[in-house]
Amino acid sequence: MTTTPTVDRATAVAARATELSKIYGQGETQVVALDRVSVDFRQAEFTAIMGPSGSGKSTLMHCVAGLDTFSSGSVRIGETELGSLKDKQLTKLRRDKIGFIFQAFNLLPTLTALENITLPMDIAGRKPDKQWLDDVIRMVGLSDRLSHRPSQLSGGQQQRVAVARALASRPDIIFGDEPTGNLDSRSGAEVLGFLRNSVRELGQTVVMVTHDPVAAAYADRVVFLADGRIVDEMYRPTAETVLDFMRQFPGGGNTSGSGARPQTPEFDAKGRTS
Amino acid sequence: MFRTALRNVLAHKARLLMTVLAVMLGVAFVSGTLVFTNTISDAFQKSSAKGFDHVDVAVQPKYQDSEGDKLGRTPELTRAMLDKSADVPGAASAIGVVQGFTAIADKDGKLIGGGFRSEAANYWDAKDPRYPLTDGTAPHGRDQVAIDAETAKRAGYKVGDTVRISVDGPVLTPTVSGVFTTDDGNVAAGGSLALFDTATAQQLFGKPGTYDEIDVAARPGTSQSALRAQLDRALPEGLTETTTGKKLADDQAEMIASSMSSMKQGLLVFAGIALFVGTFIIANTFTMLVAQRTKELALLRAVGASRRQVTRSVLIEAFVVGLIAAVTGLVAGAGIGAGLRSLIGSFGATVPDGPLVITPGTVLAALAVGILVTMLAAWLPGRRAAKIPPVAAMSSLHAKATTKSLVLRNTLGALFSAAGIAVVLAATTMNSSDGQGPMGLGAVLLIIGVFILTPLLSRPLIAAAAPVLRAFGVSGKLARQNSVRNPRRTAATASALMIGLTLITGMTVLAGSLQHSIDRMASAAIKADYVVSMANGNELSPDVGRTLEETAGVTASSPLRNAPARIDRETEYLTGVDGGTIGKLTDLTVDDGSFKVGGTQVVVDEDTATSHGWRVGSDFTAGYEDGRKERLTVAGVYEGNEMIRGIMLDNATLSPHQTDPADMQIMVKTADGASAATKDKLEKALGSNPAVRVQSKKDISNEIARSFTLVLNMLYGLLAMAVIVAVLGVINTLAMSVFERSQEIGMLRAIGLDRKSVKRMVRLESLVISLFGGVLGVGLGVFFGWAAGQLLGTKMPTYELVLPWTRMGIFLLLAAAVGVLAALWPARRAARLNMLAAIKSE
Repeated sequence: MTTTPTVDRATAVAARATELSKIYGQGETQVVALDRVSVDFRQAEFTAIMGPSGSGKSTLMHCVAGLDTFSSGSVRIGETELGSLKDKQLTKLRRDKIGFIFQAFNLLPTLTALENITLPMDIAGRKPDKQWLDDVIRMVGLSDRLSHRPSQLSGGQQQRVAVARALASRPDIIFGDEPTGNLDSRSGAEVLGFLRNSVRELGQTVVMVTHDPVAAAYADRVVFLADGRIVDEMYRPTAETVLDFMRQFPGGGNTSGSGARPQTPEFDAKGRTS
Repeated sequence: MFRTALRNVLAHKARLLMTVLAVMLGVAFVSGTLVFTNTISDAFQKSSAKGFDHVDVAVQPKYQDSEGDKLGRTPELTRAMLDKSADVPGAASAIGVVQGFTAIADKDGKLIGGGFRSEAANYWDAKDPRYPLTDGTAPHGRDQVAIDAETAKRAGYKVGDTVRISVDGPVLTPTVSGVFTTDDGNVAAGGSLALFDTATAQQLFGKPGTYDEIDVAARPGTSQSALRAQLDRALPEGLTETTTGKKLADDQAEMIASSMSSMKQGLLVFAGIALFVGTFIIANTFTMLVAQRTKELALLRAVGASRRQVTRSVLIEAFVVGLIAAVTGLVAGAGIGAGLRSLIGSFGATVPDGPLVITPGTVLAALAVGILVTMLAAWLPGRRAAKIPPVAAMSSLHAKATTKSLVLRNTLGALFSAAGIAVVLAATTMNSSDGQGPMGLGAVLLIIGVFILTPLLSRPLIAAAAPVLRAFGVSGKLARQNSVRNPRRTAATASALMIGLTLITGMTVLAGSLQHSIDRMASAAIKADYVVSMANGNELSPDVGRTLEETAGVTASSPLRNAPARIDRETEYLTGVDGGTIGKLTDLTVDDGSFKVGGTQVVVDEDTATSHGWRVGSDFTAGYEDGRKERLTVAGVYEGNEMIRGIMLDNATLSPHQTDPADMQIMVKTADGASAATKDKLEKALGSNPAVRVQSKKDISNEIARSFTLVLNMLYGLLAMAVIVAVLGVINTLAMSVFERSQEIGMLRAIGLDRKSVKRMVRLESLVISLFGGVLGVGLGVFFGWAAGQLLGTKMPTYELVLPWTRMGIFLLLAAAVGVLAALWPARRAARLNMLAAIKSE
């Protein structure tokens, strides 16, 4: 692939990381979170990033989404190279080109559901596209909950508001950080269904970090990370194939030379990546 | 538990910083006041005690009380008494003391020291032990004066120089015969002292051949009390009083202590206000800390800590915070005490030298105030902490502070406010002395009521600001919503600012209205162009009046001469005026009869007439100073005011009965009216005497305005501390809010709110809270100012409410500035927040 844009939607790249490295600390205490990772996220594709705790999957997403800085390599969102951007420009890029769904604290408690959905456009000072907004709200089934505040909504409903917010501004790409992590399986399935529909029917690009094979099965493609490197990828995954693959994982291991990392994925250093 | 509490203090030291600062400022104010007043009073006492070194026993005249128609009088201390005193066996020597006032001009013709501490005395004999000469010789005759070394140094006078001085109006120009040092307390406090020889002093101060006091020194071996007993036997009975030097020094010390103590109390009131405002911050901080630690505290409860232990752990935290604040505050207070001393020194007030006095009482007071205030303010949050159920530890939900209904609170607040308003309104209908108590009570009730109601008031008042905030887009909208999100916290923060601004506005409204009314009073009834008086309020020699009368351009003038008299077995003060001209100089409304002053005809004001039951034509007997009596007739009754009131009679009738006639002031009407040229002419005619003031109505207005401005500025300075503490409160609340909302802010940053907008959001929130407090404060202040004015208005017919719109605007701007300033640091923190750390779930 060259970096020249193509008109062909099937192969056009929404975001691309090239030789991306992220290193914390120096000398003895140095930790390599991402080790020369190169990956493309194609338009209208639903990608799941998987890996054990500490594999660098969240770091990868944060770097590609312009939330975190990286040590070397390059990241492009569409035509924009992120490495050269100042904080202000990065903020603007996130506001205009990227949608976000987090695991928790997605919504402002003081705003109604509708106000939360239009928040990115309010920040940009843009008027939302009324027709599109209505479509999105109808799709996530929130039409009768728009004037409610987050505290009056269930966890699943809150996350649907977050999905609607991410979709409403028609971003180039949506990033989800364990978007179903705090939900029960039924609500989780709903949210994932909306994300998949937005890709299939609206041509939205979605990248999601998850550790749940069932969630990953909604994606078109799964990218597996371990010790800061991409170790494999899988197209048209199912929960079983993903689970099978996960079982073969060495479970983090000390292969990357960053010896400070503990063995058990579940008890990995919580503060840095989730 | 103690260890847990201590660890908590250490863990939250940044968040407790503002609390510590707030308490520290209050404690510093308290201990600064104590250190300052103790130091000053100690220094004054020491220096004044030194002034009594040469006095073993002082003989003073004993005032003879008024009786019937006979006016009380002070007997004279004669040369014979002095000789008798010197002759008692225990006396080594006796000095006849003559005292008076002498203003000294510096080389530019300006009065040294404003005139209020310009004293004069006699130099006794050839060598006066009280005043050792450092240069030159003792003064002799009318053409010589000795001045104290400090004054000589300040004005640059040397022996042989000619100085311009004035005792009671006319200018004298003696030469400096000598310069002396003295332990005199007045000189130590920055005053000037001029010495004349005894005969000159007696003549200048109108006491020929007599003394004000006889100071007797004891022979070695004779005690002060023994000498006193001897003197009591030797001197004519009933006419003199004797006091030992020790008693004089003690009395003086007590007087200084009591005058310092009223100053101390005044300052402590303001320190108390600052501390009171501080309690809001302490309570807020601990409430927020408890809310943030809900899980932690629930865990403690779950593992077996009792409610009381949880409360105690919060209180121990408060104790540690209070202790740290109290100790630092005490140190700062000692610094303030020392600083204040040099500060008032730089304003020209001289304070005798002395060590900085930090008494154990000061230390105890500082520690007690700091610790108690903090613990008291933390008590409620501590109890709330104890109410957290152990199950909260298990809850995976982000625990929220309980949002109890505000119904009870609002009802209570409404009751308090209504009661407060009712009592204040009731008080405004009473007369000024009866109404003060109810007024104060009502004010306190209303402030408490409004404070309880602030959470309720915050919504509509802040909603009113919405249109303005909308202009700031998302930042404005979020700021508005954040500010009403926790009404209790917003209320406590705004209330802290409200208190300071209420007092400042109230004082400003009252002072402005008072100034206006006094101004009107001063000029309303006066037709004269100029009023001539002594700069320090002393009496003028009649020569001044005569000089003015003869000055070209003066069309009418009249001295106002005060004299006591016995009327109806009471002492009344008569006002002697020039009956021929007074009608042209004043414009008093005559209610009854005619304004005729001359011979035995007098005019009296309504109040005096009513109290004596006089009407036009009534006769009464006046017993004068010289013991003579005269029948006077009421010719007219006029409407008096603060400046002119009482019984007015002709000087021609009054003066023959006075031993030493002197004028309080002289009213002057000129052909050309008040102008710079006229004033210049009058001043020149009086010998350009710095001790004499020639004031037009406008000058009087300006002087009234100046004194009001001075008092107001002092009050502003004192209340500034309360405002500074309130600023710390706003900073504190914002910083904690930013901390609590870090996840939200992180999310906002992630979805595209830039740093500038985050900053603006915090700043606007701060602005909204501060202006809310400002509006409440200015509103309450105007109400209290109006109410207090109504009360005072009953005494002053010219009183009228004057609203200082410009100042009120400035106060609101000040509130806004407080908001912007307080947000600087929290806004920076919010903008610099680590987005990733913030959005990561637990």
